[in-house]
Amino acid sequence: MTEAVGSTSLVRLENVNKHFGTLHVLKDIDLDIARGEVVVAIGPSGAGKSTLCRVINRLETIDSGTITFDGKSLAVEGRALAQLRSEVGMVFQSFNLFAHKTILENVTLGPIRVRKIARDQAEKRGMELLERVGIASQAEKYPAQLSGGQQQRVAIARALAMDPKMILFDEPTSALDPEMVQEVLDVMISLARDGMTMLVVTHEMGFARRAANRVVFMADGAVVEQNTPDEFFTNPGTDRARDFLSKILTH
Amino acid sequence: MGALVEEFPVILGAFWLTVRLTLASAVAALVLGTVLAAMRVSPFAVLRGVATAYVNTLRNTPLTLVIVFCGLGLGLVLDVSFSESLSTNYLWLSIIGLSAYTAAFVCEAIRSGINTVPVGQAEAARALGLTFTQNLRFIVLPQAFRAIIAPLGSLLIALTKNTTVAAAIGVAEASLTMKSLFERHQDSVVAIFFGFALAFLVLTLPTGLFFGWLSRRLKVAR
Repeated sequence: MTEAVGSTSLVRLENVNKHFGTLHVLKDIDLDIARGEVVVAIGPSGAGKSTLCRVINRLETIDSGTITFDGKSLAVEGRALAQLRSEVGMVFQSFNLFAHKTILENVTLGPIRVRKIARDQAEKRGMELLERVGIASQAEKYPAQLSGGQQQRVAIARALAMDPKMILFDEPTSALDPEMVQEVLDVMISLARDGMTMLVVTHEMGFARRAANRVVFMADGAVVEQNTPDEFFTNPGTDRARDFLSKILTH
Repeated sequence: MGALVEEFPVILGAFWLTVRLTLASAVAALVLGTVLAAMRVSPFAVLRGVATAYVNTLRNTPLTLVIVFCGLGLGLVLDVSFSESLSTNYLWLSIIGLSAYTAAFVCEAIRSGINTVPVGQAEAARALGLTFTQNLRFIVLPQAFRAIIAPLGSLLIALTKNTTVAAAIGVAEASLTMKSLFERHQDSVVAIFFGFALAFLVLTLPTGLFFGWLSRRLKVAR
């Protein structure tokens, strides 16, 4: 059904359930993401896409089911959990750059404090990554001095600095002014081309078509259907998906 | 005025003691208050409980009682001793009392500072793999402190004035010295009183101004 990218799965969710109070936000989720695969999660708001993203590095806990990452069951707390998180990059809707640190410090903090890499080495690598996302000239500035698009590109560089096995993108362009969306998507597309494993929650259908191996359509906390972008957009298999697509693709 | 000039070295010595009391207690209160605040936001219920009980007890007990407890309870009954010299010993005991008391307020100030740091900051740090302590140390507390510099300044001013309570256990800081000068110069009571009041202003006014300036300078732009 899906285009095979890597042979082994990097993340596997089995029968995952999650409630917020009485709200059942994740319903029996089964999902495999292979190494090097780019999965886009789309669906109406409240479908559980962001929660799906956040349970993978345990920013949200789950009520039942299992999640394995790189062959190991997800640690519950402590150093083992911190270790897992250091291997899974995360890019947030609201960037969440450390407000009291410079751009370069934002990118080097993780490598220095978590990976225990020497400062000069971390800074050299940090500058390379800022170069890659086109922000090297702003390295000494503070996050509030940058535009949203620039901040989000720094956030991607910050995630990359940890050499993660995967990056989670939780609506990375939803808080951006329209003219800044493309610069962030360009960085993400180049990452996808370089073989990074990605789970992207987004409303950017253009990105899904150009970079995704698979589209996962969610509604009301469940995975309703999943398919290649081409198949999904031209020939959705469920009424729910057809209805959603008709609302966002008509204009 | 004559009495003030005549006793100037005594007064200076007394205020020097006030300054030392203030600074030593401030440093200790800041350290203890930070530890307490970290405990109050920690994931361990026991630590949270201990810190909460501490804050509630110390914050709601009159300082005079705390100081007297330190002097009599610790000093005389439990025989806690820091020095052969009785006056040095009571000085240390009063520092313990002042810092234990002030730490409760510092803790609450830091906790309100932590509440000003957006959740996303700690979340991003967790997502990078920082541990709880690293998260506090590198991300949350530095931003929390910058948000509460002005209130910390107010606490320091309060502490400066609160050192006068150490007189209760015989520490010869400014207020106790003032009292003994009253006795020696009964004709100049008003002048001595205003002299001491002015000297306190000289200590506390710049503190307030400095902390106000510092808080504007270190404010985190969001």
